[in-house]
Amino acid sequence: MSESFFYAVLFLLLATIRLATPLIYAALGGLFSERSGVINIALEGLMLAGAFTAAVATYELHNPYLGLLSGMAAGAVVAFVYAVAVIRFQADQVVAGMAINFLMIGLPALISGAVYDSSGSTPQIDKAEQLPNYFNNLSIASLLVFILVPVVWYVLYKTPFGLRLRAVGENPEAADAAGVSVIRFRYIAVIISGVLAAAGGAYLSTGQSSLFTRNMTAGRGFIALAALILSKWRPIPALLACLFFGFTEAITNAIQGAPWAKMPSGEDIPVQFIAIIPYVLTIIVLAGFIGLSRAPKALGIPYRKES
Amino acid sequence: MNILREILWPLVAVLAAFVVGGFVILLIGDNPVTAFGLLLGNSFGSPKDIGWTLFYATPLIFTGLSVMVAFRCGLLNIGAEGQLYVGAFAAAWVGIKFGGTVVNVFGKDENWSWMSLPAVVLLPMCILAAIVAGGIWGGIPGYLRAKFGSHEVINTIMLNFIAIALVGYFTQYYYKVPGDAIMQTAEIGKAAWIPQLNQFLPFLPKDVPLSLAFPLALLMCFLVWVFLWKTKWGYELRAVGQNASAAEYGGIDPKKQIVIAMTISGSLAGMVAISEVLGNRHNYYHDFSADWGFWGIAVALLGRNHPLGVIIASIFFAVLMRGQIFVDAFTPHVSKDVGQVLLSIIILFVACLQMYSTRRRMVKGTV
Repeated sequence: MSESFFYAVLFLLLATIRLATPLIYAALGGLFSERSGVINIALEGLMLAGAFTAAVATYELHNPYLGLLSGMAAGAVVAFVYAVAVIRFQADQVVAGMAINFLMIGLPALISGAVYDSSGSTPQIDKAEQLPNYFNNLSIASLLVFILVPVVWYVLYKTPFGLRLRAVGENPEAADAAGVSVIRFRYIAVIISGVLAAAGGAYLSTGQSSLFTRNMTAGRGFIALAALILSKWRPIPALLACLFFGFTEAITNAIQGAPWAKMPSGEDIPVQFIAIIPYVLTIIVLAGFIGLSRAPKALGIPYRKES
Repeated sequence: MNILREILWPLVAVLAAFVVGGFVILLIGDNPVTAFGLLLGNSFGSPKDIGWTLFYATPLIFTGLSVMVAFRCGLLNIGAEGQLYVGAFAAAWVGIKFGGTVVNVFGKDENWSWMSLPAVVLLPMCILAAIVAGGIWGGIPGYLRAKFGSHEVINTIMLNFIAIALVGYFTQYYYKVPGDAIMQTAEIGKAAWIPQLNQFLPFLPKDVPLSLAFPLALLMCFLVWVFLWKTKWGYELRAVGQNASAAEYGGIDPKKQIVIAMTISGSLAGMVAISEVLGNRHNYYHDFSADWGFWGIAVALLGRNHPLGVIIASIFFAVLMRGQIFVDAFTPHVSKDVGQVLLSIIILFVACLQMYSTRRRMVKGTV
């Protein structure tokens, strides 16, 4: 009994980490963008860009690391397009972000339909060419992300770059007066967010599974955004929020269709009610019931230099 | 002059999107001219084509109006998708409970309905259910915004996921015919079916599901126009959208207007049920929406937040959504995703070119 209980806990823990991994990458990415004052609803699309490109590059080049790098590069390119739209042209950040999300559902399908004659998915990657796993099937991507969190924390709070980035998001006029280029910092921050979110996407298609399927992120970009809000735009709490969301997903997966998972009345446990916990929690926190969630002051406001 | 500017920039965005899309098609290895011909050239050639195009346009008119009303109050409703799901389920629920639905469960007939009402009563009840349910689902983020200042964009995104999960739950556990492999409810009573136009128009083929929902959508455009521009309430709503603090100074309560705008917005999104549940499928089918809630944002934006613009933009989007099927079938490489790609690029360009046309300020808040 106790031994099987131990294994059940271990199983759930590992599943939590696996499911949280893409969320953590995306949330850290979103952190850079939003801390600089640019809303990033496009996280979902950036993840998809990374997932698709990594799957194709891994399949063609037979190397998951080249795949990962290609995915991250694709994330940077798409993020740059988004940055030009919202920074140069001051497009509405939410609308432009949604456009990127929809573009990244259609464009990969269009390309893979033309190249592989299958718009629903890319070809299967060999097991040996996927991102490798260590310790009980934990992907290298999961291990790396736990190193990434303290790195992001350090960059954000202990380096001049991080200080300026936060200043740009809080008080762009003052940052500008102190000689910091608001526009340049926002471009950099959005591109970093693209690279990181794409890394999360790449893990989905080359680590967790072995191919890219249409819209495979299935809302994870938005969950990462929710984690960011819950964490009040801070890296360590963001990690915890993502782990919590990964845990709810792990529970949902474990319960779904399992013969032992029955209510006392003998009916199925409705997993839908567990699945919506992250969303409900976000609404509650946003409404200020659990401490005030304060966004970076200049979030969502295009910067116009006074001349 | 002003009107010209309003029309000019959306057109520039569409043309630019087609240029970019043309290059993408060229890179893929097909002829852009052929592809665009297939995309645009199959929509108005026959009564059948026109019927299908208008059928595709109907839900977009509802969601476009929905997003538009919120826009006019300075709010961005990303939640039309969730609101239309809730509305559709509510309409189906009333159609089952009051429509005399009898379900065949493993060879045995089971009565799932409380009563069987005539169409004159049932049809308005179903429509009202969709309006109320959608309105509540839109009103929640409106209330949260007014009361706590939490931003409607995040809340509506979250409520979309919640709506789809909850409606899925009720479908799966309570209203699905046992043994049915598809996630859909039992069929609604015949009295709740809104008549299809092919019953009145002999030249319209029987397989075109265009229903009375389409003229109803046009009527809603007119009503929304009257409401926004010809009534005191509409004036107050728009005043908040233009300048919330000035409106407040003028004696208008912005918080009240925000709740009203989001509730109306949700109701309009819920009305998609009229076209899809009462007019076409005659049940609630999970995943029935082709992301209409999201395309509604694009329709409102491209239609310059005016009911007439919404109608034109909806029909244009419908042309692309139906035309992509022909591109898929008759070109060697381009798949039907070309429509989605073009639509996405159009939104991106419209959003970018917004700075050159009239700028509409949004109410500030935390995202």
